[in-house]
Amino acid sequence: MQSALDPSRSSYYVSNAFYQQVMESFSDWQRDDLAVADPAVRDHFRRLLEREARLLDQLRFDEWLALYAPECIYWVPATVTGGDPRREVAISFDDRRRIEDRIYRLRTGYAWSQAPKSRTVRLISNVEVFASAEGPARMVRSNFLISEFRPDGTRALAGWCGHRFVPRDERWEIQVRQVNLIDCDQNLRNPSIVL
Amino acid sequence: MLEKISTGRIEHAAGLYDWDELVQRDRVHRLIYTDPAIFAAEMTQIFGAVWVYLGHESQIPKNDDFITVRLGLRPIILTRDLHGKIRALYNRCSHRGTTLCRKDRGSARFFQCPYHGWSYFNSGKLRAVPWPDGYACDFKDAKFNMAQVPRVESYRGFIFATLNADAPPLMDYLGPIVRPIDEWLDRHPGGRVVVCEANRLKYKGNWKLAYDNSADGYHVVFSHRSLLETENRLAKEGDKGMSFYQGRPDDAPMYVQAMAHGHSFKDKRPNIDERAGALWAIEGAHPGMEYYEQAVRQRLGDRADAALDLASSEPVNINVFPSLSILGNHIQVIEPVAVDETNVTWYGTAIVDEQDALGGAADDVNALRMRTQESFPNFGEVDDLANFEEIQRGLQAPEDEWVYMHRGLDIPGRIRTDADGIITAPATDEVFMREYIKEWKLLMQATPNLMVQREP
Repeated sequence: MQSALDPSRSSYYVSNAFYQQVMESFSDWQRDDLAVADPAVRDHFRRLLEREARLLDQLRFDEWLALYAPECIYWVPATVTGGDPRREVAISFDDRRRIEDRIYRLRTGYAWSQAPKSRTVRLISNVEVFASAEGPARMVRSNFLISEFRPDGTRALAGWCGHRFVPRDERWEIQVRQVNLIDCDQNLRNPSIVL
Repeated sequence: MLEKISTGRIEHAAGLYDWDELVQRDRVHRLIYTDPAIFAAEMTQIFGAVWVYLGHESQIPKNDDFITVRLGLRPIILTRDLHGKIRALYNRCSHRGTTLCRKDRGSARFFQCPYHGWSYFNSGKLRAVPWPDGYACDFKDAKFNMAQVPRVESYRGFIFATLNADAPPLMDYLGPIVRPIDEWLDRHPGGRVVVCEANRLKYKGNWKLAYDNSADGYHVVFSHRSLLETENRLAKEGDKGMSFYQGRPDDAPMYVQAMAHGHSFKDKRPNIDERAGALWAIEGAHPGMEYYEQAVRQRLGDRADAALDLASSEPVNINVFPSLSILGNHIQVIEPVAVDETNVTWYGTAIVDEQDALGGAADDVNALRMRTQESFPNFGEVDDLANFEEIQRGLQAPEDEWVYMHRGLDIPGRIRTDADGIITAPATDEVFMREYIKEWKLLMQATPNLMVQREP
């Protein structure tokens, strides 16, 4: 890859067309006519989600990020509809470089919001796979429940994820992960883990 | 109709403590952060008695639009009524006290109580009562209209309200903090911004910990070390973001100012070269940065740098006591919830360019500006809030009583007071804390003249 276009170093791919494509692929996608019934397909994606959850619980961020396409997005909307991220702020809307920033910060030893680090276990359930209206991508909906322990107690973070998987080199990579907290539009205490 | 509030029936502070003992010239007592009785009194003596920021006009752009907010702990419907007048209505049925509106935002010409069906126009006037023949009273009596905050005023889109009949006019209350607010607004096309959602955070700690921090230049390189290291991990010069705090920040050209009524202003702009593009040059990496920079440069040529500066975090902290801070491009609101719980909401702002001053680049600038605004709440504020929570925990020890705010005090030549009363000090000075807490003490010792209003 050309270094000038290395998505760990620059962000040329987060363009108007890319935003447009992300918003289109995350609107009206959970449709019965696009549902993939094949249990083998569902099981394949469910295993990928379970592996992602385990890697995040174990803070194995490099292996976690290796599940993602080079040009990827980690998106935590601040509204239940998601909105247009070019016109409104999100809780997080990270490209690859900013995901790497997020990981780097957590590893500095000076991220006081994660000192000590949270201990988490994630439950992933209700996995549904949908074909993409155009192209080979697969859209996967799953529900999550993260139990997060910090020294003053354990809390639950609940919501659902939309993953957009794209095929590359014989595997499915996560291009966009939209994390929808059920309380995304409320004031959140210490949202400093990778969800 | 104005109703005077009897101070005998509401929480008040004047007799609670010897306030001169709790608030001294160099330190304050832990109780001001931990005592539920002080907190309850603050909701009246501070949040009832001064002009408090409630919301931005762009959140209720059309007649009948509303948002629900709080004035202290009072649930408020902030609405632009059917005639366009901005009102702060108590979100409370005059019948049994039920909240009338449970939505965060919307549009409504009237509000109907879900409990017994009483309904009110968005002017606050009672509209209808089910089966009125069961009542002997006259429902034209103003006492059945919704209570509302008697004084609501805007300054250039910022809506403030107060219950205090004796409070000075809003412009007098704001005083010299208006200048940095004007400068902040006037850098944008048309001199205005619109609110565009928010990063909403919460911490388990007293609300004053956030205001104490609002102009604090002393904490930056310590509390935000992870942010500074992260923003500079790919930078050649190591000059991104707030890196100008490295070294000896008191020797840098930035300064902090304390003003009357507890307001303060941290001006970091003198650290930045005056040329167009200098602010953009220190902005940290963010999604779409290179794509949109290229697009803006292609579109605007020589004028691109000035436009890109509008996507960059403006290096100011403009603090309006007790709960509004304009920081970077954010409108931050500090909302007390309980003595040890506070919401801090970082409203994002976007550019509106109706006259096309930016030559068609406004959408691209906003696409950058949304991402730059997510940086600090994600990578900076969370660490401050963790430290505020740890202060609250530290203050649980009753015998270790004092919290210091004496940095800069009694050092000859360090602090300058101008003829207009503005106090100026080096960036890490705590003079702004000492000044606002003096104002806080005066308010806690006073008996404010609180009123609510009902439509006649």
